[in-house]
Amino acid sequence: MKVVFKIWRQDSQKHQGGFERYPIEGLTEDMSFLEALDHLNERLVLQNQKTIAYEYDCREGICGQCGIFINGRAHGPHNNITTCQLHMRSFQDGETIVVEPWRATAFPVIKDLVVDRSALDRIIEKGGYISAKTGTAAESNAILIPKDIADKAMDAAACIGCGACVATCKNASAALFTSAKINHLNNLPQGKPEAAQRVLQMTKQMQLENFGNCTFTGACEVECPENISIINIAEMNARRAKAKWLGR
Amino acid sequence: MLESKIPEGPLQEKWRNYQLKSQLINPANKKRLKVIVVGSGLAGAGAAATLGEMGYEVLCFCYQDSARRAHSVAAQGGINAAKNYQHDGDSVMRMFYDTLKGGDFRSREANVFRLAELSAPLIDHYVQQGVPFAREYGGVLVNRSFGGVQVQRTFYARGQTGQQLLLAAYSQLYKMKRAKKVRMFPRHEMMDMVIIQGKAKGIIVRDLVSGQLKRFAADAVVLATGGYSRVFRLSTLAIGCNGSAIWKAHKRGAYFAAPSFTQIHPTALPQTSEAQSKLTLMSESLRNDGRIWVPKAKDDPRKANAIPEEERDYYLERRYPSFGNLAPRDIASRAAKERIDAGYGVGRLQNAVYLDFKHAIAHFGLETIQDRYGNLFKMYKKITGVDAYREPMQISPAAHFSMGGLWVDYELMTTIPGLYAIAECNFSDHGANRLGANSLLQASIDGYFILPNTINTYLADALHEDHPSTAHPEFIKVEQEVKAQIKNLLSIKGTKTVDHFHRELGKVMWQSCAMSRNHNGLKKAISEIEHIKAKFWTEVNVTGGDKEMNPELEKALRLADFLELGLLMCTDALQREESCGAHFREEFQTPEGEALRKDEMYSYVSAWEYNAGNFKLHKEPLVFEYAQPTIRSYK
Ligand SMILES: Cc1cc2nc3c(=O)[nH]c(=O)nc-3n(C[C@H](O)[C@H](O)[C@H](O)COP(=O)(O)OP(=O)(O)OC[C@H]3O[C@@H](n4cnc5c(N)ncnc54)[C@H](O)[C@@H]3O)c2cc1C
Ligand code: SF4
Ligand code: FES
Repeated sequence: MKVVFKIWRQDSQKHQGGFERYPIEGLTEDMSFLEALDHLNERLVLQNQKTIAYEYDCREGICGQCGIFINGRAHGPHNNITTCQLHMRSFQDGETIVVEPWRATAFPVIKDLVVDRSALDRIIEKGGYISAKTGTAAESNAILIPKDIADKAMDAAACIGCGACVATCKNASAALFTSAKINHLNNLPQGKPEAAQRVLQMTKQMQLENFGNCTFTGACEVECPENISIINIAEMNARRAKAKWLGR
Repeated sequence: MLESKIPEGPLQEKWRNYQLKSQLINPANKKRLKVIVVGSGLAGAGAAATLGEMGYEVLCFCYQDSARRAHSVAAQGGINAAKNYQHDGDSVMRMFYDTLKGGDFRSREANVFRLAELSAPLIDHYVQQGVPFAREYGGVLVNRSFGGVQVQRTFYARGQTGQQLLLAAYSQLYKMKRAKKVRMFPRHEMMDMVIIQGKAKGIIVRDLVSGQLKRFAADAVVLATGGYSRVFRLSTLAIGCNGSAIWKAHKRGAYFAAPSFTQIHPTALPQTSEAQSKLTLMSESLRNDGRIWVPKAKDDPRKANAIPEEERDYYLERRYPSFGNLAPRDIASRAAKERIDAGYGVGRLQNAVYLDFKHAIAHFGLETIQDRYGNLFKMYKKITGVDAYREPMQISPAAHFSMGGLWVDYELMTTIPGLYAIAECNFSDHGANRLGANSLLQASIDGYFILPNTINTYLADALHEDHPSTAHPEFIKVEQEVKAQIKNLLSIKGTKTVDHFHRELGKVMWQSCAMSRNHNGLKKAISEIEHIKAKFWTEVNVTGGDKEMNPELEKALRLADFLELGLLMCTDALQREESCGAHFREEFQTPEGEALRKDEMYSYVSAWEYNAGNFKLHKEPLVFEYAQPTIRSYK
């Protein structure tokens, strides 16, 4: 199989970036998309050229480190998968594939396809936790949690922090990501004492980081590898209003 | 002399006795003490957050862009704890015994007991932190069972247990970051250790964005850098997982224990091409309902479904009638390898076996199987494009977990004073084979419960010493050495890629130092690795510079360490002339082909000293007071 990769190259945040074309042969359909880029990189090394920088770690869809904009879509042509789960059989032989980094003001490009997503960590830092010290826990079954509540918390908690929701959103909003963490914790009895603070501080940080406002286009849930539903955003907004007006 | 520092008293009292006698440091003094934690996986994040809560000044490092991405995130199955919620006769003592037996009696009793003892409070701890474990309708926690045990003691959060535990630890870490007790350095990779007057005093790291080398000093250093099975290249680990931090510590004096003890997981997806970078794990739970087989005829060209029942060899059921498809990991992996090597492998590269759900679907109905494994079948389809409800899955063994690691005493301190190693990067609780769902447990209790207790003993003395400074000549010297190594790598400008050499190393390691090993094979492997290493240092081409983000250079630096670590692994496997757990020496087996342990001669932990590359063996004898070693039988 052969394809042409049209890839965004940018040396650093300070440099200007631009597309370069890389025709490449010798690919197979069962190669993953990232393995095809690995293959290209090995060719570049053999030609004494700098390799293309892109991110990954687990390569099984759970760490959230990979994330490339492929042919105009976050994580490529399929719904609800990560870049590392994409395979070359999803492309035509001879196709030109456009490969870009996540684009959002809050995600500056570090190099080529690598962006800085630390803004997401800073949102978590503002309350995406339960303030309890190691060594202070009570017996687990002392607080019963109904299955539907635990399941609902788990649905939201599944977020892998990849940032595809931001990348695909025309407003570059981080609402899906933020709401997932808030709803994970605020649904659980252990998260209730800090519920109001959490929603207020995390949503405030979201704005400080220059993420845009959510206008409910629903684009995010189409790309989200963990199928996080936009209902979470509505729930977050309701929680926020309640916290603002009622303080809880 | 290896001093394991096992506290006195009966097994059940040891940890309490230890805590009663350990030193305390007053809060005002803790503020003056600095601790470096390298790694922010389950173990590192738990340790850093807890040390921060205790009042120490903590510096925490990881190579990913965020602590949330450490490979603990990939654990699917669950975490064990002796809660006995199922009322099925579980207890700390039983869990202790299962773990010791699972490890084929090659671990320290006192450590294993502590692992079991601290498991129940750990679940409480995670529930408090907001981990959404699976629940019954009535609201209590659910359990399931896992390989090698007969009780239900595994807690889980859907198929994403590791992710949920890691996110809890990560959130606590960032809580302490906000409280300014922890400084977090993501995208920073440890390059070397700094030892001053025999004690660990700091590290040299490379900022992976700017490429700059930086020095950090502290009163103690904790390594929590995870497993090193990427030495095989193809493994279930993340691409960035490495052995570099512990290898550098080893070269600076820390002993490396049981380096060759590697768990090979039986149910991963097979390699399909040379270009493949990673083997994805399919949960072991599939073996509850799937039946494993290969064709009875060699090189059978037919599709799986076209092969009639009587021409299929259900080899696990044949060889292990009582455990059948649920035989422990090491045994199931070895049996698969035996069939594949004998020419019965299936798939395009004939390197797989079938895992078939036909009978389960006929018996329980499609819906039940969908309900049990739906997400796994979906994942299988995503990766292979094949619908496993219609035709059997193809699976194959893959390198998965390193039981071996830096030798540590009961306090989790290495042979370098002030240097600790926790979780997968140490050798402590799993012996020669790890039981499923026990390593999330070990990672968590090492980080949250044990280290924050034991490190005080050392730091109480460190209080009276000079705090180390990065201006110390030793820091400058080590940084120069790192700089020289990088310069050296970049200046080779050969004709081969880093991945080329990694593939070569992986092939040798997989062939000779994985599921089954023998004298000649290991001897040959050592000379082959020497050869690959020499070629690497003369023929590799690393493009790009050192003062920029350069993933190619990162790979090269990690591989340089793997090449040396591979030599030690083969040396270790060669020296241990017995079979135990995952270490199967072909010369030492029963007539039925099972592992033959030799307790009279090898009931010790092998701890290797670097000794300028002429690895020198030290032995820590294993004494069994509470559990008598028996033969592990799963027939
Ligand atoms: C696919 C898979 C499934 C598993 N399933 C289970 C399961 O169901 N149950 C179970 O109990 N166990 C399971 N395990 C094992 C278990 O997940 C691991 O043993 C455990 O999570 C390891 O935790 P850790 O904190 O030691 O390492 P990790 O989580 O790997 O963290 C290592 C940390 O060290 C950092 N690091 C590494 N090298 C450097 C360096 N040179 N410089 C700076 N930082 C560095 C990394 O950035 C990372 O933060 C599984 C393992 C795998 C691979
Ligand atoms: S909500 Fe979905 S798309 Fe957004 S960061 Fe989380 S997993 Fe990624
Ligand atoms: S590499 Fe981990 S999710 Fe893609």
